[in-house]
Amino acid sequence: MSDNKNSIYSKSVVFTVVVAVAVIIGSVITAFVPLAMKDMHPKLDNLKPYTALQLAGRDLYQKEGCFNCHTQTVRPLKADVLRYGEYSKAGENYYEHPFLWGSKRTGPDLARIGGKYSDQWHIDHFNNPQAFYPLSNMPKYDWLASKPIDIEQTKRGMDVLGFPYTQEDIEALKSRTQLDAMVAYMQVVGSAVERKNYVAVLPEDYENAQNPFKDDAASAEKGRVLYEANCFFCHGVNGEGTNIASGITDLVDEYTSDGQIFVDVANGLPGMMPEHINIMTKNDIWDLVSYCRMLAAKQQASN
Amino acid sequence: MKELSGDSKIVLGYFYSGLVWGVIGLLIGLLISVQMWDAAFNFGEYFSFGRLRIVHTNVLAYGLGLFTIMGLFYYIVIRLTKRPLLFPKLAVITMWIYNIVVLAGMITLFMGLNQSLEYAEFEWPVDLGVVVVWVLFSVNILGTIITRKEKQMYVSLWYIIATIVAIALLYIVNNLSLIATLGKSYHLFAGLNSANVEWWYGHNIVGFLFTMPILAMFYYFLPKSTGLPIYSHRLSIISFWSLIFVYMWTGAHHLVYTPLPDWLQTLGIVFTMILIAPSWGSVVNGYMTVEPDWSRLRTHYLTKFFIAGITFYGLQTLQGPSQGIRAVSALVHYTDWVPGHVHMGTMGWVVLTITAAMYYVVSKIYKVDIFSVKLANTHFWLVLVGQVMFSITMWITGIRQGLMWKSLNADGTLLYTFMDGLVGNYPYWQLRTVSGAIFIVGMLVFLYNFIMTIVKGERALASNR
Ligand code: HEC
Ligand code: HEC
Ligand code: HEM
Ligand code: HEM
Repeated sequence: MSDNKNSIYSKSVVFTVVVAVAVIIGSVITAFVPLAMKDMHPKLDNLKPYTALQLAGRDLYQKEGCFNCHTQTVRPLKADVLRYGEYSKAGENYYEHPFLWGSKRTGPDLARIGGKYSDQWHIDHFNNPQAFYPLSNMPKYDWLASKPIDIEQTKRGMDVLGFPYTQEDIEALKSRTQLDAMVAYMQVVGSAVERKNYVAVLPEDYENAQNPFKDDAASAEKGRVLYEANCFFCHGVNGEGTNIASGITDLVDEYTSDGQIFVDVANGLPGMMPEHINIMTKNDIWDLVSYCRMLAAKQQASN
Repeated sequence: MKELSGDSKIVLGYFYSGLVWGVIGLLIGLLISVQMWDAAFNFGEYFSFGRLRIVHTNVLAYGLGLFTIMGLFYYIVIRLTKRPLLFPKLAVITMWIYNIVVLAGMITLFMGLNQSLEYAEFEWPVDLGVVVVWVLFSVNILGTIITRKEKQMYVSLWYIIATIVAIALLYIVNNLSLIATLGKSYHLFAGLNSANVEWWYGHNIVGFLFTMPILAMFYYFLPKSTGLPIYSHRLSIISFWSLIFVYMWTGAHHLVYTPLPDWLQTLGIVFTMILIAPSWGSVVNGYMTVEPDWSRLRTHYLTKFFIAGITFYGLQTLQGPSQGIRAVSALVHYTDWVPGHVHMGTMGWVVLTITAAMYYVVSKIYKVDIFSVKLANTHFWLVLVGQVMFSITMWITGIRQGLMWKSLNADGTLLYTFMDGLVGNYPYWQLRTVSGAIFIVGMLVFLYNFIMTIVKGERALASNR
């Protein structure tokens, strides 16, 4: 014990006040002062408030705890932008109550998910993620399709957040399901920043390009392995197509050049097919071209 | 002695509550650990990972953690102030209200009503309940301290006072929200401020729930259970003030490489580095206390709980600051490394210290030896092995995953798809489930030993009547 009997350690009220001051100083400087700073609340020019349907989706994203597995911030690090796209900007967060950046990436980052896939892709994926990636640990969200949106809550939410809406917007929610709302939210996340691929091939360079592995069975076999991990859920196990995308057999014919297939698979088709050149080497993509040709040829032969 | 004093019964009531919540929280922890390697273990909306992970963290922090902490605070305070609790009836009422609050919190989290702010997930009506409980609790504890019979306040009381003040501040500010309906609110702050306030809260709620109260116990029970006085009072003073002052500046280390302005990130990181010193002040104080006679690790069975606990705290407070460094964060942030860090703190430091303190308290209030020292040792080793296995597997797979995320091909494209990285976690996640099971068995041994000690104590009381 302190020798001084009149020290602060024998005056409990004074002690409590000093403790309060000690913890408040850092709080004020690091957490409260920033509340009043302009650079803490910037807004991108083309950022829009959420619509009623999108807000209903965002509420569901919170309700289902998606943020426990998914982050929504792309860090300004090479590997992050390569995998997910443009790094996150401060001005994208103007309307975020609360922020949903997350702290754990059990699943991929979703900051740039808006516009990456078609609505149909999301619908099928929410119903059964394992149909896309058999080993995915994302839970099935198959109950969303049969549940109505909580209209009263959404309306109150729009009110307290000060987002503009019309009575028709609210009426329109009656015919939509929770799944529609979730998909609408997914498609708007990150869309205030222009979608661009960090790496891309130049179409001009491949106009007359020939597949260096043309008619090479080993290449087609490597392509099959890649196809079964990355492509089958959109184009079908045997390239026959799904409700998300046409079959390879329909897409690839004698009028499509190797170069064109290469460029489209590499760079992706906005809103339909994601880019692949960020996660594959050029040779990998040529192997896929080989495999697509093989699928098409098989189909022709069986006709 | 014919019957337990009212105050002792109160302490036990809080222990029982904490243990019930603890069992629920741990079993859910085990379930989510399985869901992470096999999605088939998600059972409909109420039992899907996204909702359960929040139930796990909140039921353990606010159920197991806070209940046992409150119980132990009552115990420590009445002894250090040399007087009974100021409002014993209020303590009983507080206990029942808090049980209802935690129950309501758990049910609403199952229903998906959450604020999506880590460790502040309870929706606003539950928050109000927590605030009421905290006010009642504070009135009782501070009131008892103010009217104390012992003039000097011992170190543990400082930490208790700091806990009470800081949690009130943190909890109220971060839970300010725009209320839409009874079950839905939106954080008052937007975007960067929402993130900044949340992690100011998040880091410090962990600090003032899982560090300060545990240090309060450590400073009280280590000398009690070893019979050795704390090594240096001066060191206690310096570490206390610097710890509570510095802690509050560091929240931004959770937001490294996010859009938060650089100056805030850097300020947070600098203070994070400084935090090593006050943390290790207590670690050194703990070791030096036992230094005169290390053989007490063998002869006094509780000593090893506290020394292992403070060792994990020491490791935790070296690992934590290193995670704040930008280069390290770039690799381990968002990976399983962080749950590895988290559980060394919670399962190692927090649980070992609390359970040891509980053994001490039951045997003290019933004036009997604990039911079985052998079982206490079994409990110790099972919990230790489970925890160490848990953390090590998570560190390995965290680094593995961090490296896979950033590995590039020679042409500058990414070497691995996201699924490659995910599937590589599965063997480690399965080992984590095994570790969790070992840990739970250890906790069940504790529970049995604890209850049997009470049975023994009650028998002793009955035979005295
Ligand atoms: C247990 C963790 C987990 C939870 C909870 C979870 N996900 Fe996922 N999510 C994943 C994983 C792993 C993937 C990657 C594999 C896949 O696509 O299934 C993924 C993929 C996705 C994708 C595709 C991302 C891309 O770029 O290809 C979207 C969109 C998505 N999740 C949205 C959600 C939403 C919305 C929720 C909440 C309703 C949710 N997830 C809940 C783990 C999770
Ligand atoms: C998210 C779904 C999706 C994924 C994944 C996907 N695609 Fe596509 N792909 C599409 C859509 C949509 C189109 C547009 C054609 C259509 O469906 O009508 C398309 C078009 C194509 C085309 C035709 C391009 C052209 O030049 O006409 C080829 C070839 C192709 N994809 C191959 C692949 C390969 C190989 C993979 C795997 C690396 C793949 N796709 C992955 C959805 C997808
Ligand atoms: C049987 C023992 C336990 C098991 C199996 C277990 C399992 C888990 C799992 C699987 C997660 C999710 C990790 C992730 O999302 O990657 C988690 C997170 C968490 N657990 Fe536990 N847990 C156990 C014990 C505890 C205890 C005793 C506490 C606290 C008192 C605790 C507190 C937490 C916290 C705070 C998190 C959040 C971590 C983060 O955000 O990084 N857990 N746990
Ligand atoms: C000096 C002491 C400590 C420092 C500086 C520190 C630092 C950190 C940092 C930087 C992170 C973020 C990691 C990331 O996401 O990249 C973190 C996470 C965490 N730490 Fe610590 N830590 C310390 C001690 C402790 C202790 C004693 C505990 C007690 C249990 C603890 C519990 C946690 C929890 C629960 C998280 C997870 C937060 C989340 O993402 O949900 N830490 N810590």
